[in-house]
Amino acid sequence: MHQEYTVIEGDFVNAGKASSSVKKTLKQMNVEPSKIKRVVVALYEAEVNAIAHAYGGKVLVDIDSDKIKMVVADKGPGIPDIALAMQEGYSTARPEVRDMGFGAGMGLPNMQKNVDKLNVISEVGVGTTVEMEVNF
Amino acid sequence: MKLREIVKLLDAKVCIGEGRLDEDVEHAFASDLMSDVLTLKDTPMLITGLCNVQTIRTCDMATLDIIIIVRNKKVTEDMLELAEDNDMVILSCSYSMFKTCGLLYQAGIQPLF
Repeated sequence: MHQEYTVIEGDFVNAGKASSSVKKTLKQMNVEPSKIKRVVVALYEAEVNAIAHAYGGKVLVDIDSDKIKMVVADKGPGIPDIALAMQEGYSTARPEVRDMGFGAGMGLPNMQKNVDKLNVISEVGVGTTVEMEVNF
Repeated sequence: MKLREIVKLLDAKVCIGEGRLDEDVEHAFASDLMSDVLTLKDTPMLITGLCNVQTIRTCDMATLDIIIIVRNKKVTEDMLELAEDNDMVILSCSYSMFKTCGLLYQAGIQPLF
């Protein structure tokens, strides 16, 4: 099953809509609740990142009976140093992102903790693509 | 401790979830940082001063469904709608985060760690 969502820059009101929809689909498929939580937490973190740091982007989700693949691809400033961005506590978030309860430099590390496969591809001035997989 | 007793202890307003007040709560977590909430493996009651729609969305993602909003913050209509869709309980009280946590701890609510 393939699902696509559009993420708009700065649109915090709708942050999490894709994750919420994926959660409903996985529940209907009777996927184990602990796996659902890992999927939606990781996807939500990625969604919030695309809204907070980039100029919008796409969320692409492919669900099979044994795994979920998620791609969050943004048009954005890109990440100059991915290893640094993966470090807990490193953040470049603006004050308004912090006002929403995010921007503590925990997003990418938390995605890593929740998924079975994480791949971050980024080009400065072009954008960032986060690919994630969780096995059911 | 029953939610109904928590409402009384904190002199709280039940914003939504009146039908769940006889449920028991054992654990709580307090934070204004949703990034912290997203790292939890357990599903405690959340005590927070962050009062916006992302508070509710974060709880939905983290499968937390009982929220206490402190410092008399106004719970908005869009928060209530999202909470209703997810069968959540939202209580609101005028006490500070520190006082709220202190009262609940004294009454036997346990921390996660």
